[in-house]
Amino acid sequence: MKKLTTMVMAGVMASGPALADLVIPDLSYRTGAYAAGGIPFSDGYQDYFNMLNQRDGGVGGEMFRIIECETAYNTERGVECYEATKGEGALVYQPLSTGITYQLIPRATADGIPLHTMGYGRTSAANGEIFSNVFNYPANYWDGASVIINALLDENDGSLEGQKIVLLYHNSAYGREPIRTLEVLSEQHGFELVQLAVDHPGQEQGNQWLTIRRERPDYVIMWGWGVMNQVAVQEAANIRFPMENFIGNWWAGAEHDVIPAGDAANGYRALNMNGLGDMPVFADIQTHVHDAGLAAGDGSNLGSVLYTRGMYAAMLAAEAIRVAQEMHGVAAITPAMMRDGMEALEMTAARMEELGAPGIGPEFSVSCSDHGGTGMAAMQQWNASEQEWVTLTDFIAPDDAVTQPLIEEDSAMFAAENGIEARDCAM
Amino acid sequence: MPDQLIFAMEVVANGLMTGVMYALVALGFVLIYKASGIFNYAQGVMALFAAMTLVGIQEGRVPFAHLINATFGTEIHHLPWHSVPALLAIALTVLVMIGLAWFVQKVVFHHLVGQEPIILFMATIGLAYFLEGVADLMWGSEIRTLDIGLPQGINTIIDETTFNWFGYGFFIDNLDIVAAIVAAVLVAGLVAFAQYTKQGRAMRAVADDHQAALSVGISLNFVWILVWSLAGFVALVAGTMWGAKSGVQFSLSLIALKALPVLMLGGFTSIPGAIVGGLIIGVGEALFEFIVSSNDIFGAVFGFTLNATENWFAYVLALIFLVFRPQGLFGEKIIERV
Amino acid sequence: MFYREAGDFKTSYAADNQTFPIAFDRYRYYFVLFIAIAVIPFVVNEYWANALLLPFLIYAIAAIGLNILTGYCGQVSLGTGGFMAVGAYATYKLMTAFPGLDMVTITFLSGFITAGVGVLFGLPSLRIKGFYLAVATLAAQFFLVWLFNRVPWFYNYSASGQINAPERTMFGLAVTGPNAEVWVKYLFCLFFVILLAWVARNLTRGTVGRQWMAIRDMDIAAEIIGVNPLKAKLTAFAISSFYVGISGALLFSVFLGAVEVGEAFGITKSFLVLFMVIIGGLGSIFGSFAGAAFLVLLPVALKVLGVDTLGWPTDIVAHFQLVIVGGLIIFFLIVEPHGLAQLWRLAKEKLRLWPFPH
Repeated sequence: MKKLTTMVMAGVMASGPALADLVIPDLSYRTGAYAAGGIPFSDGYQDYFNMLNQRDGGVGGEMFRIIECETAYNTERGVECYEATKGEGALVYQPLSTGITYQLIPRATADGIPLHTMGYGRTSAANGEIFSNVFNYPANYWDGASVIINALLDENDGSLEGQKIVLLYHNSAYGREPIRTLEVLSEQHGFELVQLAVDHPGQEQGNQWLTIRRERPDYVIMWGWGVMNQVAVQEAANIRFPMENFIGNWWAGAEHDVIPAGDAANGYRALNMNGLGDMPVFADIQTHVHDAGLAAGDGSNLGSVLYTRGMYAAMLAAEAIRVAQEMHGVAAITPAMMRDGMEALEMTAARMEELGAPGIGPEFSVSCSDHGGTGMAAMQQWNASEQEWVTLTDFIAPDDAVTQPLIEEDSAMFAAENGIEARDCAM
Repeated sequence: MPDQLIFAMEVVANGLMTGVMYALVALGFVLIYKASGIFNYAQGVMALFAAMTLVGIQEGRVPFAHLINATFGTEIHHLPWHSVPALLAIALTVLVMIGLAWFVQKVVFHHLVGQEPIILFMATIGLAYFLEGVADLMWGSEIRTLDIGLPQGINTIIDETTFNWFGYGFFIDNLDIVAAIVAAVLVAGLVAFAQYTKQGRAMRAVADDHQAALSVGISLNFVWILVWSLAGFVALVAGTMWGAKSGVQFSLSLIALKALPVLMLGGFTSIPGAIVGGLIIGVGEALFEFIVSSNDIFGAVFGFTLNATENWFAYVLALIFLVFRPQGLFGEKIIERV
Repeated sequence: MFYREAGDFKTSYAADNQTFPIAFDRYRYYFVLFIAIAVIPFVVNEYWANALLLPFLIYAIAAIGLNILTGYCGQVSLGTGGFMAVGAYATYKLMTAFPGLDMVTITFLSGFITAGVGVLFGLPSLRIKGFYLAVATLAAQFFLVWLFNRVPWFYNYSASGQINAPERTMFGLAVTGPNAEVWVKYLFCLFFVILLAWVARNLTRGTVGRQWMAIRDMDIAAEIIGVNPLKAKLTAFAISSFYVGISGALLFSVFLGAVEVGEAFGITKSFLVLFMVIIGGLGSIFGSFAGAAFLVLLPVALKVLGVDTLGWPTDIVAHFQLVIVGGLIIFFLIVEPHGLAQLWRLAKEKLRLWPFPH
């Protein structure tokens, strides 16, 4: 029976003709515990490419072909999706899952396909000398932690001496990322750091919030994802924790994280690596994609935080493709050329304006040694009566003096454990 | 140290409240297990399904909208009305759950009468997958906000009273208080139903002895549909309480995992066992977490602290109890004969 | 016509007791082995190996392991994911602590370590029975996952708590790491599968296996006829955990390469392996393979059919997948509660008489 299925499936797989398009796999998750975050991101990611197809005929005359593959945030399904799509000539992977990223880092590097883990995944991948095929611009978790502390320093006239800050984190690889940075920062700035872990899925946080209530911290920083965010916002409201002192990272700052708590969530703050607002590019997506009935998903997410971030990810990929096309003089680029394009990517304010998305991200440029961008992020605040996120600040810079040594250290450890020679970027 | 004692009291009070929430889920398991010997793993998914249906009806969504739109290229999302009164929506959801009970009995367990318990258990796992898929297809997998007007947030009366007593105000969530009252009413209602109505007595007879019940003319089929309906209703209550806390989404189905240690501890066949078990687990895990994560208590003795222990401690606690009482605290004594 | 015992005379006890008493069965078995060892490694491509064959082989080991415990000895366990994690973390610690050790030794050592942990968590089975035991094994599941998540020693103090399998070679060929050829990985797993399946098959029809089955069928009665329940139950836990540990070790080192414990070895994994055993057939080695194949192939087949062929949105396909898997489990239980192995047995019975059933 197995063999029969095997043959049938081989036939099915072979029947799809391989087209010379720009192939973009979208490893999305529209089911499972984290679907609420996966859906808008994937919608934005696909809609942008579709919009380019409809409006400009792709990039450089080449059309995009998107292959969506459902991972349900599960690493084994992610591997299956990767293996199923890489043979189609996939240019870049954007798995939106730390677990799947860790799977794909060695695999994609061996296969020569670039991996863009935008603000998630392995932080030390910012070191391009070790991680040749992995990019995590425009910002990574350690930048994020540093940005939050910098923003708090700003509010407190430059000193957090004697303050108490709680880190509430998802008890997984993702949630543990900021700990080391925050520990260094707490020594440097003299604040006390209290760490509270929340186990997957995070449905219950009663004890954690009782502790917070007892400890009376000045600030609570949250590294959460999925249902953990909604519960945390609700619990914070329950204990009447001042919401403006409760700050999420950029994966804990979407509409669906705060709406279930209703008015009580008003004032909750979160980081964001992309700008928000009414950008011309949304109008283009509306006319060329949604009105044409090509919207990914049900089309209800246009302009939301994670939709915008997905669109921003697509925009960065499309820009890298354009750069790669210019560098190599061919329109139908290969994954290796795509890698070169990503490494030479430069986002300027003028370029973002041209793309119809002024202020969607900070200005940054990628280089051989630096795959991480500037690491800048903005602070945003939830306005419950208007039901929208309001961007409070400009993009704030992290403290590179803190994050850079940590990146060096962690990537050196990875290189030693896996026998990787550092590339020489001086050449 | 007195400080720590006061904190510990607050932790215990909240643990009791959490225990009630666990007991709400465990109740559904007990009802079905007692009457039919089926260990219903799908109870958690039923809670999710019920809560999603409630929200869906309340918001006037079209069931299977995404599927219909994808198949026929239409663009429908809402029925002409955008909100249905909470009570009407609850009534409609109860009807849906009764329909589900009928479906489950007719299509699945009718064909599995007399099978080994492990097979029945497997069937409920199959049912869990099936229901989860159907729930997603019907209502989509986005997060929904459940709002039927339940109060939330700190109870100020308790806060102020305890502040006057101890100089430290206890935190008790209003929603937890509501849940405790609802649970009490629910249990009282179930007990009254089982004691004083004809159907309830039939249910107890079946739970006692299938064959004997059958021989005095009780319809097993009817009783089983009845207990599945009751379990569906309990699932709706549990789903509503938990859903109000976190929004209605996939993870709601995982609350079944919190109910399992409660069942082990209380015994699979006892309603009071579910309540007492829930309270013991709720208090036990909260207190354990409080002690081992505290720098002043555990940390002072051992030099390190532990946290996020809730998930496994409940099971270990139940395991320890079981080693001494293998049928749970209130379970029927297991008599083995060759 | 070919499948019959007529004319197949046995002249010794050994011949009469062999695993495949029917000649046709025996040849089929050799044929399958031949295909698996000598043909597939030359034709297999990356997609087939990574998406289907490797998970199939690895889960088959886990399923055999759980089948020994649940199918043969009658102790339902939901701790499989936790025990797989023990195997994986033991492998990681051994790989990084002794870079010179070869992978076969490491994998076996991981199996032994898991067996020890398994015995420890098997102790309550002497008092707790049935569903109470099933739920009690969940304590192992949650505790082990928490332990590997919390204690930095297990993941060598890395910043994120993920573990990565470094590259290790055997006979000059990379077995683990991103540069390992798929056919090497495949053969490496196949070696364990064939060896372990052979051992399991022979264990279950020997003294130990008969003791397990006596315990399964009724433990008090077994005790009366002289089976030591302590020994029988604990050997079942030990050997089962040994298999499960090896499966976890291979899943981490050969298949995934990087693992996060809560995600890769969570409660869903325990259920997945239990499904394999029950759908395949309790108390059958063949059933373990059939169940593993079924649950590895089904989601991929449904995905290929729904998304690639019919062009449906991926989320609808994913939801339907749940409905279909759930529906199929129920369907199988109603039609044949003893799993695919029983269907196979029935088919063989029919074949023996075919084409003259009367």
